[in-house]
Amino acid sequence: MKTTTLNVGSASPAAEPQQDSRKGGKRKTSRINRFMVSPSVLVLALWMVIPLSMTIYFSLIRYNLLYPGDNEFVGLENFRFFVTDFGFMAGMSNTLMLVGAVLLITVVLGVLISLLINQAFWGQGIVRILLISPFFIMPTVNALIWKNLLLHPVSGVFAAIWKFFGATPIDWFSEFPLFSIIMIVSWQWLPFAILLLMTALQSLDQEQQEAARLDGAGPWALFFHLTLPHLARPIAVVVMIETIFLLSIFAEIFTTTGGGPGYETTNLAYLIYSQALLQFDVGLASAGGLIAVVLANIAAFFLVRLIGKSLTEKQ
Amino acid sequence: MANLTIKNLKKSFGDIEILKGINLEIKDNEFVVFVGPSGCGKSTLLRSIAGLEEVTSGHIMLDHKEITDLAPAKRDLAMVFQSYALYPHMSVRKNMSFALELAKETKDVIGKKVAEAARILELEPLLERKPKELSGGQRQRVAIGRAIVRQPKVFLFDEPLSNLDAALRVQMRLELARLHHDLNATMIYVTHDQVEAMTLADKVVVLNQGRIEQVGTPLELYRNPANRFVAGFLGMPKMSFLPGKVTAIDASSVTVELTSGASVNLPAASEHLRKGSAVTVGVRPENIDVVEPSESSLTGYMDIAESLGSDTYCYVKTDGQETLTVRMPGNFACNYGDRIGLRLHVDECHLFDEQGNAVQKPSRMAA
Repeated sequence: MKTTTLNVGSASPAAEPQQDSRKGGKRKTSRINRFMVSPSVLVLALWMVIPLSMTIYFSLIRYNLLYPGDNEFVGLENFRFFVTDFGFMAGMSNTLMLVGAVLLITVVLGVLISLLINQAFWGQGIVRILLISPFFIMPTVNALIWKNLLLHPVSGVFAAIWKFFGATPIDWFSEFPLFSIIMIVSWQWLPFAILLLMTALQSLDQEQQEAARLDGAGPWALFFHLTLPHLARPIAVVVMIETIFLLSIFAEIFTTTGGGPGYETTNLAYLIYSQALLQFDVGLASAGGLIAVVLANIAAFFLVRLIGKSLTEKQ
Repeated sequence: MANLTIKNLKKSFGDIEILKGINLEIKDNEFVVFVGPSGCGKSTLLRSIAGLEEVTSGHIMLDHKEITDLAPAKRDLAMVFQSYALYPHMSVRKNMSFALELAKETKDVIGKKVAEAARILELEPLLERKPKELSGGQRQRVAIGRAIVRQPKVFLFDEPLSNLDAALRVQMRLELARLHHDLNATMIYVTHDQVEAMTLADKVVVLNQGRIEQVGTPLELYRNPANRFVAGFLGMPKMSFLPGKVTAIDASSVTVELTSGASVNLPAASEHLRKGSAVTVGVRPENIDVVEPSESSLTGYMDIAESLGSDTYCYVKTDGQETLTVRMPGNFACNYGDRIGLRLHVDECHLFDEQGNAVQKPSRMAA
């Protein structure tokens, strides 16, 4: 999964800066540039190449920690086994569901909330800080807060509310496991969307709004014709960055449901973990990891194509 | 028809009063320019007319219909903003048709109106472009086109030319004047540039610190400013002011002794003046001649001369340390520090009393 981040990271910024365009010095400076940049490029390459080649090597051999020494070459057997495993399809669909749902929730709510707090009201500063704060909580802590304080069927806040209205409390993690995970992750990532969208809203041109008001635009028309198009770019950034991180959600699942019940909350990251460290099959997990890398890169490729174009375009 | 009447309009932001009671009549087809220094309230006045600012008190009426509290869109006005305020993600065509689409006009009508506006403004080849692909002048024209398609009763312009470079500004100024002629529309135009005010306006409204100083045609204001502020604001280079003291008064003229000791005799209706009262003599650069030092009692030294080709503007320091601007022909030759005499065209000089109000001239009183 690390490689995905690196790939996207190195794809978006343009090539090395070539500011010096004086004719005589150009060649020399570009050589110096290359020389200066080379250590970091080298380190980056090592960082990527060594784990990647080791993973590829592990994925092609039988490598189970329970059977040490039994490491013969098995070809693509690990890949075949991983893909045909029942957990794989479940993991794929859960990953997509999780990413899609969280993106939808954070973007829609993010736009609405940032519009709301963009209005001047008393206590604006504090409300903003409160809205941003979930982002600074560690995923593990976040998941534990939800598990023990909010969603717990006996002592949770939600259960107390249900009881207050005379309803039977819901055991969230067994009745709606994936939905619970989606809630937790959305809570974690909504501040990120709000932060970006709120800043973007502040740069919305006031005169354009006034011109539109003179043109007869009501609040709805203003939102759909001016605000939303203005937010297109920050929304694209939110979608891109969140996708990268949401594909590899792990801590929230590990601390709450442990991938269960059954495979209901197992995503690819968790599946690979369970292959490697619960079933001790490093070869199989390596194969899964490589498949995940390929999938993530496919997603990143389309995202960069789709969104990156609008990002590099001048406004 | 579009007669706009503003009655005792006041606007405050918190404790700060921006407009302190504006009364103004704007007639159909007039090109009215609000002019004044920064912070004089001219933009606020325009925005109040547009409905973008809520007024504190007073009335705005369009054709005897009260529009003071009406929503901006319902006032039948269109505004061109300083930043153009084009919708960045819409094509030129969409920018212009936006208001019509919101008003639920039929496609045919929209197409026709946009085509007509594009023809007038020569925007036809640019209709499918986005604002960012246009130059400043083209954007300006789109902003005007967006106003034209709505066929409003009144056009409002908020410093529309201030973001353009000098050459383009002159060109757009001419186009605006032509447009006003062709559309036969009522236009209200805000600017701090007195050249725009002089060249475009049928009627100039000079504002200062939230009050109207004077209303009139550009030439009226230029020739007959009501007070020192208007006199100093209009005209390029500025009118020179010479403080002095009244030494003698008769029926139709006043003798003023300037700080340098020179005396000038000015025609003036002298009822309000007394012997010894402090006055200011205002004189425009074109109403001063440079003569030999021996021929005049007002003498001084040449400071800097700015040669513009057609004219030379000489800045002169008099012996009384007053600074005067003198317009001379382009071929006028002089050197820094030359000793010169100055002769004022006394009939064209303006006299202002202690409060800065103009002292009327007797001839104009009679007429």
